Amino acid sequence: MTRRLLPALLAWLAFVGVSVAVVSQTRFTSDLSAFLPGSPTAEQQVLVDQLRDGMVSRLLLIGIEGGDAATRSALSRELARLLRADAAFGVVANGEAVHRERDQALLFDSRYLLSPAVTPQRFSVDGLHAAIGESVDLLASPLGMLTKSLLPRDPTGEMMQLLERLDGDARPALRDGTWASRDGRRALLLAQTRAAGSDLDAQQEAITKVREAFTSVAQAQHADGARLLLSGPGVFAVASRATIQDEVLRLTLVSITLIVTLLLFIYRSATALLLGLLPVVSGALAGVVAVSLGFGVVHGITLGFGTTLIGEAVDYAIYLFVQSAPAGERTEAGRRNGIAAFWPTIQLGVLTSICGFATLLFSGFPGLAQLGLYSVAGLVAAVATTRFVLPHLLPSGFAIRDVSPLGLQLQHLLANARHLRWGIIALALAAAAVIHVNRDRVWNHELAALSPVPAADQALDLALRSDLGAPDVRHLVVVSGHDAEAALQAAEAVSARLQRLVNEGAIGGFESPALYLPSQATQLARRAGLPEPAELARRLELATAGLPLPAARLAPFVADVAAARERAPLTRADLDGTSFALAVDSLLIPQRDHWIALLPLRAPTDGPFAHAIDPDRVRAALDEAAAARPLFIDLKGESDRLYSGYLNEALLLALAGVAAIVALLGLVLRSPARVLRVLAPLVAAGLVVVAGLVLAGVTLTILHLVGLLLIIAVGSNYALFFDGSEGAAGPAPRTLASMLFANLTTVAGFGVLAFSSVPVLQAIGSTVGPGAILALLFAAILSRP
Amino acid sequence: MRRAGLIPLLCAVALAITAPLAAAEAWSLEQLMHALGKQRSGQASFVERKYLAILDAPVESSGELHFRAPDRLEKITLAPRPESLLLEGNTLTVVRGERRHVVQLSDYREIAAFIDSIRATLAGDRIALERTYAPSLAGTPQDWTLTLLPRDAKMAEVVLRITISGSHAQLRGIEILQADGDRSVMEIVAERAAR
Repeated sequence: MTRRLLPALLAWLAFVGVSVAVVSQTRFTSDLSAFLPGSPTAEQQVLVDQLRDGMVSRLLLIGIEGGDAATRSALSRELARLLRADAAFGVVANGEAVHRERDQALLFDSRYLLSPAVTPQRFSVDGLHAAIGESVDLLASPLGMLTKSLLPRDPTGEMMQLLERLDGDARPALRDGTWASRDGRRALLLAQTRAAGSDLDAQQEAITKVREAFTSVAQAQHADGARLLLSGPGVFAVASRATIQDEVLRLTLVSITLIVTLLLFIYRSATALLLGLLPVVSGALAGVVAVSLGFGVVHGITLGFGTTLIGEAVDYAIYLFVQSAPAGERTEAGRRNGIAAFWPTIQLGVLTSICGFATLLFSGFPGLAQLGLYSVAGLVAAVATTRFVLPHLLPSGFAIRDVSPLGLQLQHLLANARHLRWGIIALALAAAAVIHVNRDRVWNHELAALSPVPAADQALDLALRSDLGAPDVRHLVVVSGHDAEAALQAAEAVSARLQRLVNEGAIGGFESPALYLPSQATQLARRAGLPEPAELARRLELATAGLPLPAARLAPFVADVAAARERAPLTRADLDGTSFALAVDSLLIPQRDHWIALLPLRAPTDGPFAHAIDPDRVRAALDEAAAARPLFIDLKGESDRLYSGYLNEALLLALAGVAAIVALLGLVLRSPARVLRVLAPLVAAGLVVVAGLVLAGVTLTILHLVGLLLIIAVGSNYALFFDGSEGAAGPAPRTLASMLFANLTTVAGFGVLAFSSVPVLQAIGSTVGPGAILALLFAAILSRP
Repeated sequence: MRRAGLIPLLCAVALAITAPLAAAEAWSLEQLMHALGKQRSGQASFVERKYLAILDAPVESSGELHFRAPDRLEKITLAPRPESLLLEGNTLTVVRGERRHVVQLSDYREIAAFIDSIRATLAGDRIALERTYAPSLAGTPQDWTLTLLPRDAKMAEVVLRITISGSHAQLRGIEILQADGDRSVMEIVAERAAR
């Protein structure tokens, strides 16, 4: 105990108290804002909004397998009935005609407001003649069976126009009255949650509801063989969250157990073990506090990363205990001398690490910037705790077991290992060659590379999606307006261009809120084009000349048109109770101070542009509707571009970090040769790890890059210890032993992550685990005797 | 008999095969179906007239019928408007102008009634035919009339009766009487199909 204990301890306790207070107020988030840049473009904003709250993010794809077709259909009906009664679901579709009557009634009653064919020209004598003639011809077709009864009221065929347009989507096949997969072996349902896709708790609740409803339905119908399949963005997100939580917890437990076992073995002292974990806790707290204060919110990804810092922060205590408290040096004074001897090296190592991580602070990728801040704050806190608090807490007579014998053995090994130096240089050159040869496929530029969703689940999703014809909404046109009416008018302007692309076969089709709810202006214009009853009757007399349908039979038509002239334009409220309400709400969305209309495009299923939309053609067509200021967004392309941008930026920042490290070492060591000797093993270790990953068929993501920075952070300590002991017969035995211990704990902490099924964690583990071992080996072998 | 294409519908070879049947006095549904079932494929032209209460004059359409056993029937209308209608399995594809509709037959019982009766008869598929209709056969092999009455009450609300006439394995006409009094009459003329 010392007299400096009190201020240091008080300061530390104050730090912990404030930290806990800040952490308790901190908002943790796991949504996609981690990927939204600080100042997003309009396209990026739409992308993130769609992923977070868009209609696609709220879709649950449901399949029922097993049993016979009749059983599956019965289960589908009953499941849909239960879910429809649940307020958590906005719509549940399984092919049953729940809305059909109301839909058709609305379409028929408002056909003269909704049909794009309604123009003054169509109601001229010639227009009527042509339209009625066509309707009569249709009677010759089997389709005429459907229109025959409507003919007296709708001789111009507006209802058929509307139905054809709405039927454009690829619909799933029907078996026994409900949707089924094409091979007929699965019943299919589509449910849309009311809650946003980013509200994972609500998504989880909805998923549980579907499962429970299915279980009760299957039990009631004694359908033991039936199985439920579930997919969709919400299912993925919930499963990913569960996987990440499970894995972080499990892997943290495993690595903590490993590290504690190692430390107990090394220290042979429970006190030392507990004290040794103090810098770890301090570092983790400081990291969260810094990110919370700096960003206002802490991402789950950052928190997950926090577990990995354990492996690094625990090293400092090891250096302190092993190097400063050799057997026999149990006095305060003796320890102080020990600390004075090794501390400058640690200090430089920490500064090196900070240089590496600090550059990440400048990343436009908030996830990465948070990692940078977390690491810098965590390292500083861990080191400060080790230096200024820990020594005072060591009880008098504190001692760990004597590690000198091990150290001496290591010294012997080291002397022999130095013969391998040319081998290492050759290995590093070979690794560089491998990387160079494969330089085009080293980095993965797709965001999906970070997705924790297993391939089997993605395949199921694809199968359900293609059977359902569910929109994957990859290509979107977005227009905006100061109010809903303006947005709808813009959508109509763009629709005209898009229809031309449909006719050319460049796109398969498109959706628009204006299909279901035309702008008031358009509805009024259509209404104004309808002639007065007397005038219409007069024109009909002329128009039906030569047709087998006399004007006298069309009195119901004249009456309907007269009524339509008095009908108020449709509003959103009129759509309530029809399936169009949901369509409009999904596609016409209020923002803070304006409205946006989404027009998802569908790829053609055949023809020269089958299954692929050419963005340039769409952009060219949209240029002609520039007044509506449409945005064309390729959601997958946009997200990949966003991620790719982050990756390139992170690479540049990492290079800047390396430059900063070189500058720092040059400043402190004042010898280019020594800088080279410190960096050489780190660079060699990085090259060999990257080459190994490339040869193993792994394409690197942004998290591998973070892993490489960690190798520098951890490895710089090793290299500096070897460099600092130059001239002697290498580092002291105690120092060597401490490096071995530090390395083992680092590998235990990070290496475990390599076995994770979460790509983010696996990437860091598979980089830092081998990298830390190699960095130590290379630093030893390349050190000068 | 997997010589599809070699023996067109309604061709002389078929007549030869059914000749012994013609000689026999008894002419049963079983025999008619058997004779029709021998036909693997064929084509014919048709003229169809629909007599609708709402119209003063019948609407006439004409075109071609193509059949390939067991379940592919294509009705290509050339006039007054080109339209193609392909029934394959349970899937009905209608192409009219720019529009292409793909529907499951089971969704549209009204349309299905018409087409399925032709297909099942052409295929000689007695089981399929009897699933939907109560068939009764009258006449001789040279001049027979097959009357189909819908079994399903819902379908009977639309279709009252379907009458198919023919000679041996050759269909000559199909008349469909709807519940609302409208009727359609289709005349079928066999073509010597290209081999």
